[in-house]
Amino acid sequence: MSLIETRGLTAFYGDFQALFGIDFAVEDGETVAIIGSNGAGKSTFLKTLSGLIATRAESVVFGGEAIGGMAASRIVGKGLALVPEGRRLFPSLSVEENLVIGGYSKRPGPWTLERIFKLFPILAERRSSPGTALSGGQQQMVAIGRALMSNPRLLLCDEISLGLAPVVIADIYAALPGIKAEGTSVVVVEQDIGQAMKVADRVYCFQEGRVSLSGRPGDLGRAEISAAYFGV
Amino acid sequence: MSQSTARYSVERATRASRVGAVVLLVIVAAIVAMPWWAGRADIRTVTEFLYILALAQMWNLLAGYGGLLSVGQQAYVGLGAYSIVVLSLKLGLNVFLAVPLAGLVAALVAVPTAAIVFRLRGAYFAVGTWVVAEIYQLFVANTASLGGGSGLSITNAVRGIPAFWREALTLWFAAAIGIGALVLVYLLLRSRFGLALTAVRDSEPASESLGVNVRDIKWVVYLASAFGCGLVGALIAITKLRLSPDAAFSMDWSVIMFFVVVIGGIGTIEGPIVGALVYFALREFLDGFGSWYLIVLGLAAILVMLTSPKGLWGWFAAKYDIRFFPVQRRLVLGDEAKESAS
Repeated sequence: MSLIETRGLTAFYGDFQALFGIDFAVEDGETVAIIGSNGAGKSTFLKTLSGLIATRAESVVFGGEAIGGMAASRIVGKGLALVPEGRRLFPSLSVEENLVIGGYSKRPGPWTLERIFKLFPILAERRSSPGTALSGGQQQMVAIGRALMSNPRLLLCDEISLGLAPVVIADIYAALPGIKAEGTSVVVVEQDIGQAMKVADRVYCFQEGRVSLSGRPGDLGRAEISAAYFGV
Repeated sequence: MSQSTARYSVERATRASRVGAVVLLVIVAAIVAMPWWAGRADIRTVTEFLYILALAQMWNLLAGYGGLLSVGQQAYVGLGAYSIVVLSLKLGLNVFLAVPLAGLVAALVAVPTAAIVFRLRGAYFAVGTWVVAEIYQLFVANTASLGGGSGLSITNAVRGIPAFWREALTLWFAAAIGIGALVLVYLLLRSRFGLALTAVRDSEPASESLGVNVRDIKWVVYLASAFGCGLVGALIAITKLRLSPDAAFSMDWSVIMFFVVVIGGIGTIEGPIVGALVYFALREFLDGFGSWYLIVLGLAAILVMLTSPKGLWGWFAAKYDIRFFPVQRRLVLGDEAKESAS
């Protein structure tokens, strides 16, 4: 059984339909990348998985349980955490407090404040700074650490490299093996196709709210990908 | 990293906070002893200052920390005040025993109220809370046994209590509520709940997606604030001894809370203290100028909002880095610290 599976998942913003029947799965221990252009529905998909956008209960099955449309705060307790697009740190809280609040659901597991500081040593030095006083890359580390503090079985990362310098992006992706080593599966939404191909075991390409292509990076041809990506 | 072997500890107390704790204890002692050393007028002023402080602290918790911009908290002031009519005047309960019960009555009524107003957001929530407060006022004004629209005297409820003890007990209750609200908000904010509350204020969706149940948090804050306003309402009734729906459910209560919190600094614990001091100073100073008092109050609030949106205390704390009631953890470098960065 897959760790998470969606069957015919749909999502709406009011009358506007953003997702049209998404079939998607992540196995235990897998890293999956979702690529696609702006407006393809990637962020909407992650938000729907984490309960921020309503959907039919049976259309998302996580750890054998139908969780579609469940309150986001309950889904976290089941072991699914989201690193939101734009990082969304709490400006009133320090780095450490931002991390502590990530463990609000009190889910047991390997991730503690000390473990996060080992993963991102720079955060230990900045632990009492306001979260928003950090550089973009460091903020992204806080956002990832904050999500890990809930000890998720599945970590959803929305556009973690957006607006960051290539060297910083490399730093952040360097933490991925350490996260996977704790048994956490990862889904990354990535606009950079090269980056996605490098880190992922499998790739899904979204286009206009549908899955236009999926497969293992090695099996997918360049032309095939650009057709799925741009729709030409 | 140049400071890779730096040793440090994390604590929340500051030098100012230790001074703050001592000063607070001295003030509490002075207030408790007040009936033996101060005049009646001064006792009345301090009593009023304390309950205004409590009201401001409740609104600060609600709006400054919970992000719930209510303009209808006068509903719970009025309900607390009228609880004294029912519990003491009608049922004969000692007025001072009735004060905590009045808080509970306000909190109980807040349950169905919250169920309705929590369906509204932003400006609609604000207007909704106001409308609900008006409804409670109309309900009281149309109930003959509660004195109807013209109100009633509750002097009978305090008959038999000597004036000295009535004033002393009112002062002590006001101190317990005013300083209690301060300490409670402080402890609340330093707890896990406080962290969640601050996170919710910053971003609801982000908190929700980290496992914080935003709805539960708002319920707790709203009920706590109603309870506090109810206590104050009961105390106001005992002080004034005459109640009318217009005065007890007056929009002025919300205006005062808003003024004190905004002038002092919303979302800080020290802010309402500063705001209440400014409010009392302005009121004394403008005593002889009639309605000019309200105009100056409004202008002062607008001026502060424009020039220093975090209020007088926010401006002062940022400039001198002083916090008497710190709720954030601070980094302290030192040799004896146990933890080290790697």
